[in-house]
Amino acid sequence: MTDLPRNQHIIASGVIAAIGTSVAYISFTQEPADAFIFPRLISSVFAVLAIWTFAKAVLGRTKVGNGISVSALRNMLPGLVVTCLYVFWAAKALGFYTATAIAFFILLTLYDPAPHTHAQSWVKRLLITAAFMAVMYGLFAQLLNVFTPHEIFF
Amino acid sequence: MEFLFYMGDVFSPVNFGLLVLGTVGGLILGATPGLSPTMAVALLIPFTFQLEPQQGLILLGAAYTSTVAGGAVSAILLKIPGAPANIATTLDGHKMATKGEGAKALQVSFLASAIGGVFGVLLLIFLTPVLAQWALAFGPSHLFWLAILGVTVIGTLDSSSVVKGLLSGCIGLWLATIGFDDIMGAQRFIFHPAVSGGINVIPALIGLFAIPQVITMFTKGRTKDTAEVITVKKHPIRFAFIEIFKRKTALVIGTLTGSIIGLIPGVGGQIAGLVAYDQSRKFSRESEKFGTGHSEGVIAAESANNAMVGPSLVPLLTLSIPGSPTAAVLLGGLLIHGIFPGPDLFMNYPQVAWTFIDSMLIGQILMCIFGLYIAGLAARVAQVPRAVMASIVLGLALFGSYSVQHSMGDVYVMATLGIAMYFLERFGFSAAPLVLGLILGPIAEANFIQGSMIATATIGVGVYFFTGWLNWLLICIVTASIGYSIWMEVMMRRYTTKDEAIAKEEALS
Repeated sequence: MTDLPRNQHIIASGVIAAIGTSVAYISFTQEPADAFIFPRLISSVFAVLAIWTFAKAVLGRTKVGNGISVSALRNMLPGLVVTCLYVFWAAKALGFYTATAIAFFILLTLYDPAPHTHAQSWVKRLLITAAFMAVMYGLFAQLLNVFTPHEIFF
Repeated sequence: MEFLFYMGDVFSPVNFGLLVLGTVGGLILGATPGLSPTMAVALLIPFTFQLEPQQGLILLGAAYTSTVAGGAVSAILLKIPGAPANIATTLDGHKMATKGEGAKALQVSFLASAIGGVFGVLLLIFLTPVLAQWALAFGPSHLFWLAILGVTVIGTLDSSSVVKGLLSGCIGLWLATIGFDDIMGAQRFIFHPAVSGGINVIPALIGLFAIPQVITMFTKGRTKDTAEVITVKKHPIRFAFIEIFKRKTALVIGTLTGSIIGLIPGVGGQIAGLVAYDQSRKFSRESEKFGTGHSEGVIAAESANNAMVGPSLVPLLTLSIPGSPTAAVLLGGLLIHGIFPGPDLFMNYPQVAWTFIDSMLIGQILMCIFGLYIAGLAARVAQVPRAVMASIVLGLALFGSYSVQHSMGDVYVMATLGIAMYFLERFGFSAAPLVLGLILGPIAEANFIQGSMIATATIGVGVYFFTGWLNWLLICIVTASIGYSIWMEVMMRRYTTKDEAIAKEEALS
């Protein structure tokens, strides 16, 4: 295993260990105690296993999990940023359908292998986005009667 | 023979229409690489809100059955398994297609899937009432141990690492405790207003199964899919029947292997297909032909992964312990309709339970008929560009999770859990035990608290939870599953290098 996955394993298992010990600490210190009996039970096992995993990662004995390569991270990052902006901000601020149309189009543009210099590929992306939005509106607004947040736009 | 009494309900216009819709949709979704059966069923759940419980379950059951079989289309024509369950099908199926026997491979694959699937559902029909009757004797301590058993078995068998599998289960159990305590009304772990009402299972399921797939598609960047669909020549169906009859040993091995593996909680179709393929090769008189485009390989793998579907629902419907990740998603679908599976399901909701099971039986036959006709179309759909597929799944995940309670909190939970799960998966953690923990957590806690109250008033907690043959049987199974997995891990370590383990894991992911 190269150093990159090893360091990644240390960070990932470190985060899990921190969550595990925090959960255990909260479970054993919060009141009323009766409400935390079951969380105490599971958080003890959680913390022990998490620390065990962290120790294995530090000692370089982690066997499973390939980590994330630099190229995968580079490819994923734009999509992940768009996803986060779409879900955590735009959907509520702009309205579900507007935000979905924008996010869909941006993601298509980012990951569609068709060349950006061809006008045809832009038209294709616009048409796919429009078709998808029509299906989503038909399904959720008309068929399932889901009232989505409208906010600034629709 | 109670199931025959409700058979007519499957053929009511709405129910049958949903069955056909679920079957055709499932075949197409199953053929699409990257869309696993579990994810397909999770994304479909929001569409069942407006339906009657039995109608919703018919749709989900049909999708579950046909996505597993549909995965064979891309395995055979594209050399990309539509789902992990179809890995073994790729070994001989694609070779057959390259030799000009694509139609024959598809035909024997769907026929074997249907025969295996029908046998699996018959097992479900005849085993479920017996087990349900037996499960009526279960008290709180037994149900507590059963819930723990569900998490540990799937945690140890579904993951590459026992510790990480169990840790995933613990994370799920912890997530299930977030929100208000049922008895004292105390706040627990509410670190954000989005989780003040606890974590809703459906958005969590959508996030855990859909978002990691979306991000995985992102990681491939702007590369173009190079897989070409192999065109198929016409092949008379009667020859496929003759082929199946000639290869009945492979069919029997696949069907029995799949059925047995399906009954074991946590062991999925992926393992069923591979084990059946391996066993079939050992018992075959033409074992040297395996891997070169031999129909026995396709028959064994496909009959096994569909025979697994019915039995995997036995523990769910009788003990409310899902036997597979997809069964866990189906449990979520049952819970949103206010139906809690368990020993009394067949007494309280016989129409829902039997119509659902009957629809799975009919669905196997429909899956075979439609599969043979739309395989070509499904293979074309499987070529939908990754960018389009990722964007569609993301949009459906957002709308689907919001529609559960019309809450943005659910959307945030879906996205947070989904993104976190992607990173966890890259470090060897698995979604299945986490989901099981999340679903079984409330069952385990309720029975633990109830059992503790009874024990405190009577014989004491230690005696109540650790005595009695049934408690001990369950504890022994929990211990055995963990022990077996550790032993297997040690054995693997002895014979497998790190590089081999990484390569194997990469191939399966």
